[in-house]
Amino acid sequence: MNVHEYQAKELLAKFGLNIPKGKLCHTATEAEWAARSFGSESLSVVKAQIHAGGRGKGGGVKLARTPEEARDWASKIIGMQLVTPQTGHLGKKVHKVLVAQGSDIAKEYYLSFVVNREADSVGVMASTEGGMDIEEVAEKHPEKIVTANIDPTVGLMPFTVRMMCARLGFTGPLAKEFDKTLRGLFNAFMAYDCSMIEINPLAVTKDGQMQILDCKMAFDENALFRHPEIQDLRDYEEEDARELEASKFGLSYVSLEGNIGCLVNGAGLAMATMDIIKQKGGQPANFLDVGGGANQETVTQAFRIILKDAAVRGIFVNIFGGIMKCDVIANGIVAAARELGLKVPLVVRLEGTNVDLGKKILGDSGLNIIAANSMSDGAEKIVHAVR
Amino acid sequence: MAILVGKDTRLICQGITGSAGHFHSEKCAEYGTNLVGGVTPGKGGTRTLDRPIFNTVYEARKEAGANATMIFVPPPFAADAILEAIDAGIELIVAITEGIPVLDMLRVKKALGHANGKSRLVGPNCPGVITPGACKIGIMPGHIHKPGRVGVVSKSGTLTYEAVGQLSALGIGQSSCVGIGGDPLHGTSFIDVLDLFNKDADTDAVIMIGEIGGASEIQAAEWIKANMKKPVVGFVAGQTAPKGKRMGHAGAIISGGKGTAAEKYEAMRACGIHTVLSAGEIGETLKKALR
Repeated sequence: MNVHEYQAKELLAKFGLNIPKGKLCHTATEAEWAARSFGSESLSVVKAQIHAGGRGKGGGVKLARTPEEARDWASKIIGMQLVTPQTGHLGKKVHKVLVAQGSDIAKEYYLSFVVNREADSVGVMASTEGGMDIEEVAEKHPEKIVTANIDPTVGLMPFTVRMMCARLGFTGPLAKEFDKTLRGLFNAFMAYDCSMIEINPLAVTKDGQMQILDCKMAFDENALFRHPEIQDLRDYEEEDARELEASKFGLSYVSLEGNIGCLVNGAGLAMATMDIIKQKGGQPANFLDVGGGANQETVTQAFRIILKDAAVRGIFVNIFGGIMKCDVIANGIVAAARELGLKVPLVVRLEGTNVDLGKKILGDSGLNIIAANSMSDGAEKIVHAVR
Repeated sequence: MAILVGKDTRLICQGITGSAGHFHSEKCAEYGTNLVGGVTPGKGGTRTLDRPIFNTVYEARKEAGANATMIFVPPPFAADAILEAIDAGIELIVAITEGIPVLDMLRVKKALGHANGKSRLVGPNCPGVITPGACKIGIMPGHIHKPGRVGVVSKSGTLTYEAVGQLSALGIGQSSCVGIGGDPLHGTSFIDVLDLFNKDADTDAVIMIGEIGGASEIQAAEWIKANMKKPVVGFVAGQTAPKGKRMGHAGAIISGGKGTAAEKYEAMRACGIHTVLSAGEIGETLKKALR
């Protein structure tokens, strides 16, 4: 789960981190007043609040010299369809902006925390090349990237901070500031069950402060049960409507750009089904894992969600029943087809627990179902059927 | 004698009175697994499936001689259940539970390290382990398996059934099948299982099923090149998966452009693994590799 920049900054402020003053604004007038509150001499930055990186590149972040300028930028940004390298070509509609006090920046750095699955630890990455795309830095100047692993059962030790300071060139008071920043972020990471915190840029100001100018936070969905305060920050407008609806029924759904709808049990098999459709010359419209605990109702919901995608020209059901029984799936298919009036070709491949019963239910239904006797066979049949 | 589980396995189920735990404990026992009891705190002294229930894993080990456990405890309490099994000195811990917080698993992995190899964790978020004809621990349908000499190791549940179904249909049996799980952090890695299959006199070849996310398939490929004496067939799910999207499994995500199926296939090919791009041809590819 992701949150907006202004929400992440509010969470991090509780951990003693230095964050420039800022206000969330929904209108241009609010933006003007926010900028005015920083003092007439102060610069301000108007920042679109959407869940995607690269906002500056799409014109969603603007520097204002006066409160009037802040108002003008806000009126342009609020309501715009912001396209960034991460939003896709349609972009995202901006509903609100963060107006932040400008900082007098001496140098920009990069700092991030993630779970390092290969080292069973919390991985920290820092770089002297702040404000840039870190993947680009990693590719062109790998020597400018400093990494460290923190054992979560031991915590952040002074030697890690010293090592990073030495590599980044922080000495004296700045080394102390960095220690405070690193410690605050690590504590926040652990306290909120984060999967990622990225500060880019981390700024050193001309008067020697270390400030968090921009940040992204992502949270482990599996740990949200113990963080109701984080769940409250969820912005449903930022999420794909079909994916969100699917999750309500315990279905795992990801929409793709093809025209063959897929209904599969198990994440691995669901991915492999997309792959085989592509290999046979088709294009999958979605990833959909009905999960092990699905019943007739969830199968019907799954069909409904697949069919809401106007691009879908055919559906491939690929089930290898383990916990999931084939007769349950078959009943779900029949109920969905009757209820929704299936108008596209449907290829069904059933295997595993109660397979004979499942096939009988489909056979007796009188529905126009194309039966497949293997995964390859099914993929070929659906690709042929949508041509 | 296959790997990890067999006729001398004495299994308990943590969470045996929950609906999933109860259902699958019964299925495992029907398959022939030596189920010696279960653990549900507060229900110690009662019985289910004609077997004793204990309050703690420690008691189950002491009184029923358990050496393996299958965990169906809900996600908020699952890490605690695993830690209890480690503390009680259970040798094989199979965690079926899906949805355990990552930071909980970081702590579990450190505790496993401190246990000095006395306990092995398989999973979480996995179908379990089976030695066909001898012992089944987990949620896989027993009847699709057939005793034999091919090992299977996989991150995915149903995709393992798919591979096993193809093998059995071709008349090729399995020595053991191990689901290591689809979470970003798991107790047993591809390399751990490959090492066991490599040393196992009853295994002639191995099928390895990976998916997008992380780099464990690449590490395994390098290990295979340096150590493996038996043919390995490799498959990676998610060749068509978009970047930055989690594909069902918590660990199945291409992040920062890393963890793609293409890079895993490339590493596998470079290390002499028999790669197969279509999940429909895993069995056939293994058959060819055996020749």
